[in-house]
Amino acid sequence: MKKYICDFFIKENRRINENYSLLKLSPVDGSDVVRAVAGQFVQVEVPDSKSTFLRRPISINYIDRADNTLWLLIRNAGNGTKALIEMENYRKLNLVLPLGNGFSRPGGKDAKVLLVGGGVGVAPMYYLGTELAEEGYGVNFLLGARRDSDLLELDLFNNIGTVYCSTEDGSAGEKGLITYNSALNLSWDFIYCCGPMPMMKAIARYAAKNGIECEVSLENRMACGVGACLCCVEDTSDKGNVCVCTEGPVFNIKRLKWEI
Amino acid sequence: MGNLKVNIKDLYLKNPVMTASGTFGYGVEFADFIDLNRLGGIIVKGTTINHREGNPYPRMVETPSGMLNAVGLQNKGVNYFIEHIYPRIKDLDTEVIVNVSGAKVEDYVAVCEKLDVLDKIHAIELNISCPNVKQGGMAFGTTCAGASQVVRAARAAFGKTMIVKLSPNVTDITEIARAVEAEGADSVSLVNTFLGMAIDTETRRPYLSTVTGGLSGPCIRPIAVRMVYQVAHSVKIPVIGLGGIMNGKDALEFILAGATAVQVGTANFIDPAITMKIIDYLEEYLQRHNISSIGEIIGGVTI
Repeated sequence: MKKYICDFFIKENRRINENYSLLKLSPVDGSDVVRAVAGQFVQVEVPDSKSTFLRRPISINYIDRADNTLWLLIRNAGNGTKALIEMENYRKLNLVLPLGNGFSRPGGKDAKVLLVGGGVGVAPMYYLGTELAEEGYGVNFLLGARRDSDLLELDLFNNIGTVYCSTEDGSAGEKGLITYNSALNLSWDFIYCCGPMPMMKAIARYAAKNGIECEVSLENRMACGVGACLCCVEDTSDKGNVCVCTEGPVFNIKRLKWEI
Repeated sequence: MGNLKVNIKDLYLKNPVMTASGTFGYGVEFADFIDLNRLGGIIVKGTTINHREGNPYPRMVETPSGMLNAVGLQNKGVNYFIEHIYPRIKDLDTEVIVNVSGAKVEDYVAVCEKLDVLDKIHAIELNISCPNVKQGGMAFGTTCAGASQVVRAARAAFGKTMIVKLSPNVTDITEIARAVEAEGADSVSLVNTFLGMAIDTETRRPYLSTVTGGLSGPCIRPIAVRMVYQVAHSVKIPVIGLGGIMNGKDALEFILAGATAVQVGTANFIDPAITMKIIDYLEEYLQRHNISSIGEIIGGVTI
């Protein structure tokens, strides 16, 4: 897939709470948002940042063709992302996109599919859910957060599939970590997962133990995003150290050398 | 329009803008963003005799106006380069220069011999300055004796243009430059990264798996410009300047300090098309200052 450097403007910065924002971006030149699939990401330049330097890799939350907007769900994880979530409407953002590879597909359309997202890790799960639903798969989500106000885009998820929730404080769904949600114990053929590393490892462990196909989306610290700097590597059983930016960010857990 | 052509011994560049090793892959990674044929040259990823897995993750941390890396020369080895990469890049209309690294003198020699016979490779950059490997690398580049030893052996194995990439992690970079010049180096490129360290105060651990790593980016530029200035006044061979070049003005600083050509590194990560903008700026600068050839202003700083 050809990669582009493209100027966007913030059509809408929907501030969800103090830690999260949904940025809806539209190309400055009025062109269509480029084709990209769920699991791919963009590299965002942070304008006027005084303390950051590199671009920020952000996974694609959705591409709204009707509105011609690219959605980025951003968590305040440091000075770069903080600057992004505080950005005013109509500010210009320079993006490199689309980067990395998307999620694969489960076999038959009757496959029982669970999309697991923790915190800002729900972002690619929404886009994947919309793709799978359009293709005729039944879609189920397991979403987790610290508290109910951090359960992001819940209404959107509800529109396309069945939603199971966990919050650490019990303010929505089941109380506790997502990895203990009873929905996990239902019968699944394919689990997709994105979230904090301990959560992904726990989900991967569950999937491996129960013989369920599982793909995770990694967010190793990266610089270039195009396979040049070799900083974001993950050790794999088939190819050794590979760049998460070009070989991933989506990996089947069978390729990873996680001790699970 | 002013002439941007420069030459480093027998290496003729259409303009002085090259990409620094380890920041531009093999060039093909950037083919979607720029016309690679407009570049003066591409210095490909550090190549060793055998496949190297590099250092464990995490290998990178962002720092003020820069970044620390500890990649550790991950590459698939010179044979892989010759069989799989060279055929893909040999017909580019730009100079492809291979950065050569090793743990032992014999390793450098073996890689040089294999590259010497490749028609389209007109130059190598001998890397005696990688701070991220336990053996070889910077260990050779921080003493005159070590640097001389590698360059002497490599010189005997490689007949074309040989650039030696110097480490800034020394007391006096000019004495290393003079030592490699005496052994037959055709050019020196400087600087490689500065050895640095960053600590996560919450976990109280270093950010990098290797504890220390190489600092690059605009934070090192003034030191790099100073070193280029000093070395350009100490050797007769052409100097290639690098270290935190982010735009055309920065490139010119190095040229005015005495660099015949420059390399753009970390900036490629932030703007994959930055090299084109730098070339455009140099063209525009020559025109604006009514200079017919970039050669006229090499070392042209007025003191």
